[in-house]
Amino acid sequence: MELLPYIYAQSDDGMAQKLENTGRVALLVLGCPEVPVQTSIALYLMNLLKHHGIRPVIAGTKSARTLLEVADIERHYLGDLLDLDHCIAEIVEKRMDADLCFVFIHKESGISYAATMSSISRAKIIALIFGEEAHELAGQITFPCEKIVARAAHNPTPLRGKLDELAGGW
Amino acid sequence: MGCVEARHCEILASYLTFPECREFIISRFPEHYEVPPGYHIFDVYIIGIPPIVIGIEGDDVIFPYTKPCHGTFILRAQGAIEEIARLRATGKKISKKKK
Repeated sequence: MELLPYIYAQSDDGMAQKLENTGRVALLVLGCPEVPVQTSIALYLMNLLKHHGIRPVIAGTKSARTLLEVADIERHYLGDLLDLDHCIAEIVEKRMDADLCFVFIHKESGISYAATMSSISRAKIIALIFGEEAHELAGQITFPCEKIVARAAHNPTPLRGKLDELAGGW
Repeated sequence: MGCVEARHCEILASYLTFPECREFIISRFPEHYEVPPGYHIFDVYIIGIPPIVIGIEGDDVIFPYTKPCHGTFILRAQGAIEEIARLRATGKKISKKKK
């Protein structure tokens, strides 16, 4: 697995410190891709980030990564791709981190990943909550993060609009 | 599940929410420790919503394990003497509430 030591390195105080001139990095945490909007919004978000000079890095399950790789075979939008568990290990061990972390959530396990990222990473956490139970899931989040919530399963338009609003602040 | 699979961990419960995981471990096992998300045990980093609780019974360690597509499981690993020693040294001991 390719690591990203060129983005972050461990400093004397034991925390991950960004190396100079690497620019901003956004981590996209993708779980099980069973809700159709996930792949579409991930590709849209990666393009949005790139337009704002932010480098996207995907941490996802194998199926989530494969859907993205096949949809963007020439890698117009895709950034680095990491295995989700491997990425968690790298952040815990202070070998990498990001400035922004978008966690895609459509079931409770997604909240567990967002809570974990909130605890282990210095990144600003943005919980992207979608699917039929989006609002119920959003209500379960008690740790500090920005929430983007839309009851979207097949139609990515509401999420796209909210991401466009968010990107205005980048 | 990597090493967790290799150890043939026993699955005690499946598809639980995180509050249910805490309740399960605290109510059924005699010794419990709180650990932060990302706590390293065997070859996995524990994913979860704090407080994350790990239990001890004899030489066995009982812990939550989250898979993105399948939710959270409670696993029991036998003969985990080194992990138990590390847990006792680094975890925050919690007491069972008296009813």
